[in-house]
Amino acid sequence: MTELTYLGAITRTLAEAMRDDPDVVVVGEDVAEGGPWGATAGLAEEFGAERVLNTPISEAAICGVAIGAAQSGLRPVVEIMFIDFVTLALDQLVNQAAKAHFMSGGQLTAPLVLRTQGGAGQRGGAQHSQSLEAWLTHVPGLKVAAPSNAADAAGLLRTAIEDPNPVVVVESKALYFRREDVPDGPLRVPLGRASVVRAGRDATVVAVSTLVPEALAAAEELASDGIEVEVIDPRTLVPLDLDTIAASLARTHRLVVAHEAVRQGGFGAEIAAQVQEACFDELDAPVLRVGAPFTPVPFSPPLEDAYLPGRAAIAAAVREACGR
Amino acid sequence: MWRIRAFEERVAELTRASEVHGLVHLSIGQEAVAAGVCGALRDDDVVYSNHRAHGHALAKGAPMAGVMAELMGRDGGLCRGLGGSMHIVDVEHGFFGATGVVGGNVPLALGSALAARRRGTDAVAVVFFGDGAVQAGIFNESVNLAALWRLPVILVCENNGFAEFTPRSAHTPVERVSDVVAPYRIERRTVDGNDALEVRAELAAFRDAGRAGGGPFLLECLTHRLRGHYEGDPANYRQALAADEWQALDPILRLQRLLDDTAPVAVIEAEARAEVARAVTAASESPYPPPELAGELVYA
Repeated sequence: MTELTYLGAITRTLAEAMRDDPDVVVVGEDVAEGGPWGATAGLAEEFGAERVLNTPISEAAICGVAIGAAQSGLRPVVEIMFIDFVTLALDQLVNQAAKAHFMSGGQLTAPLVLRTQGGAGQRGGAQHSQSLEAWLTHVPGLKVAAPSNAADAAGLLRTAIEDPNPVVVVESKALYFRREDVPDGPLRVPLGRASVVRAGRDATVVAVSTLVPEALAAAEELASDGIEVEVIDPRTLVPLDLDTIAASLARTHRLVVAHEAVRQGGFGAEIAAQVQEACFDELDAPVLRVGAPFTPVPFSPPLEDAYLPGRAAIAAAVREACGR
Repeated sequence: MWRIRAFEERVAELTRASEVHGLVHLSIGQEAVAAGVCGALRDDDVVYSNHRAHGHALAKGAPMAGVMAELMGRDGGLCRGLGGSMHIVDVEHGFFGATGVVGGNVPLALGSALAARRRGTDAVAVVFFGDGAVQAGIFNESVNLAALWRLPVILVCENNGFAEFTPRSAHTPVERVSDVVAPYRIERRTVDGNDALEVRAELAAFRDAGRAGGGPFLLECLTHRLRGHYEGDPANYRQALAADEWQALDPILRLQRLLDDTAPVAVIEAEARAEVARAVTAASESPYPPPELAGELVYA
């Protein structure tokens, strides 16, 4: 075990993947300087400018170059600095990358990873704080991962780099500097396998990314009132490990889904829909969703703090689901 | 060029007969660009294309029956009927594909060039696009990046003077695409795109320079789209060429006039039409893909 930050785990994984496979290249704005948080710090020094490619502020072209490079044999890891800017690359991601394998009748693959980060709480205003992962889950051909801790940030990234499909890894800037123990050596977390991060019998909380530690804090609080919450981190939204969620519901019969993204059209709605289709008879209460209100992220600190869903909202939802 | 012309004339008929499906964009009149460019390339020189791609695919080596079956939505199509006219791909011959998004494939060619350099080959990458794509932001982003990284990529603009239904002059005050890229100091030429030999000669010069580590390059081919933007387009926005004007422009007739004494031109045309007939027969005999295929090919 080594104590690493979530960011440090990403940096270590990028370096390991680049050492192991000369086709892995890193592409993005300011990546040679390490980027604004240092996720790619030291890579240019070790691997050189031909493999750590600084780009102009051209998100669409960056993504398109990565797709073309991937189709011709490289394994690009693209960084889009804020998920808010993925809007600029969506044509490339949605129309070129996601469909290439399908439209070519299986001839082409686009094995690229798009790393980006989302989430509020940094006073970044409405264009540097969004949680837009649900958009990406609506596109067949893309895989979407959302790690909630350092070990998963490493393990999901490594698996994503080795996956033959385009994978978007949505990191959480709120979690970047949390220090955690990370197992040594190359980690691999399969895409499509959820993690039960706390066992419980009374209710299940499926929490995404930043809200996983919030759900654990809520579970701690509820335990003191005798409500035992099972917390599941899906880790990847596409593919979604519905089996693990269903197995939990068969024990708890109550479900709360929680994410920082706005509730309306959020991925929680998809989980709720899939659960009621697959295991309606297991539900003793309506599925409840925790998420942000349907407004842009406000800038003013007290307003942003009030906007963010967290442990209190999760705890309240669990109490409601349990009727206590 | 006769293979492309004969193929697309038959596609036009099959579109009207609802044997070929969907939106179909024909390149009749522009064949010299496809033939001049692709004829000078190897299989490992990756080509990307746009929505008007049949000629590019055929010239790059895509089997005609596979292209025809694709247009007809059949399992025997190059993309097993999942792509269609705007999404033809033939990886074996380095045709990495058409796209339905104008300008969408330009950066992909840069990526292929980057991969070739990184992997130590002397392959070049080529992307075809129309003059309409030049006004898209992705084109500017891509030209800048290609120039910045000095990528061995050849940008081939088919400037037919019309972006979909609108003349170039109504979309931009810049007449020549080669002038658009001038500030980036990339090597550029504007050629008569209906002269197959000139296209090939200029492309070959860029190709050789690219193999030797140069790039990027822009080849602007001034050409003429004889038909509408898509099959069924009444093309009311422009006057059709008079027959004698077209006789003077037609890239096939122009090449034939040069070769008349030496080449069996009538034989070439007849062979092309026979190949098309065989392709239609083969494609018609291919079944539609099984319904489960769509679900199987979402992920690799």
